[in-house]
Amino acid sequence: MRLSGLQKEVLSLYRQCVRECRKKPEASRKHFQVFARNEFEKNMGIDKRDFGAVEFLLRKGRRQLEIYSSPGVKDIK
Amino acid sequence: MAALRSSASLLLGAASRPVLRAAVASPAAMRGMAQVVDGQQQSQTASGDKANLKTFQIYRWNPDTPTEKPKMQSYTLDLNKTGPMVLDALIRIKNELDPTLTFRRSCREGICGSCAMNINGTNTLACLCRIPAEDNAELKVYPLPHTYVVKDLVPDLTQFYKQYKSIKPYLQRDTPAEDGKEYRQSKADRKKLDGLYECILCACCSTSCPSYWWNSEEYLGPAILLQSYRWLVDSRDEKTEQRKDALNNSMSLYRCHTILNCTRTCPKGLNPGLAIAQIKKEMAF
Repeated sequence: MRLSGLQKEVLSLYRQCVRECRKKPEASRKHFQVFARNEFEKNMGIDKRDFGAVEFLLRKGRRQLEIYSSPGVKDIK
Repeated sequence: MAALRSSASLLLGAASRPVLRAAVASPAAMRGMAQVVDGQQQSQTASGDKANLKTFQIYRWNPDTPTEKPKMQSYTLDLNKTGPMVLDALIRIKNELDPTLTFRRSCREGICGSCAMNINGTNTLACLCRIPAEDNAELKVYPLPHTYVVKDLVPDLTQFYKQYKSIKPYLQRDTPAEDGKEYRQSKADRKKLDGLYECILCACCSTSCPSYWWNSEEYLGPAILLQSYRWLVDSRDEKTEQRKDALNNSMSLYRCHTILNCTRTCPKGLNPGLAIAQIKKEMAF
């Protein structure tokens, strides 16, 4: 399937999230993975042509990733 | 305050209303920061009980439902029961009509810079902007232009603050003070800071600058450059050369094309355009 630029950005954000999860302590790693997955699945239904919404969610996701990837964050519920 | 006022007038009844209104209106008239002084206050008391309706069209967007498009929502208020400023009206709408309306506000006297928004096409502070009472036209309120919106009238100023941080807005020097107490400054040197230190970083000027709209990633924008200049001319600062070097590229400073929207819009009456011109002059010689 040919992906649009925006879709590629979403996928790259998801990959970044998965990579950041690996840097977390092993005991809570699963929690981070589930959380990241959930955040993406929540918005699965959005039309790929709804650029405004997707771009907003990308910005929000990046900000969340930045906050959660700091080494001070050890676990997530 | 608006809610308090209307409920108080309900309690006291119609007979005591003019007295109450006069008592409430006089401190509002004394607000020093409001630059426009006109006969609106009297007309407000004179028009008595006749409702003076005004419609506000306010930009609404909720991040919880990102697929919904932003829309304009109308609210109608009786100006006789509302304070004179746009912020008073917004607070009253939030209190009485729609608690979901979101905007930033704090000092309500033009000192904090929280309530910067685009009112009738001009970036200004809602607390310093009078509600135009002459005409019955709708008042349009948008968030600051070309900013990402957090919700309704709240803009995302992360980039703006990041840029402010990048100019190191603090005193930098290596030599200690001569008397070991404080860094002294002549009266003339202090005078150079007038018109610069008053800036409250409301971002009205930066978001009105077309150059900043198109290059907000790299161009610092009028507000930050005004602050840059404030530290460049400070006689106590010793890192002037490094500060100048940091600005010496095609983007940070020289994207200013003297459009002067910044000076025209500044709600504090400052002149960022002049400050930028001074920096350019200092860099040239």
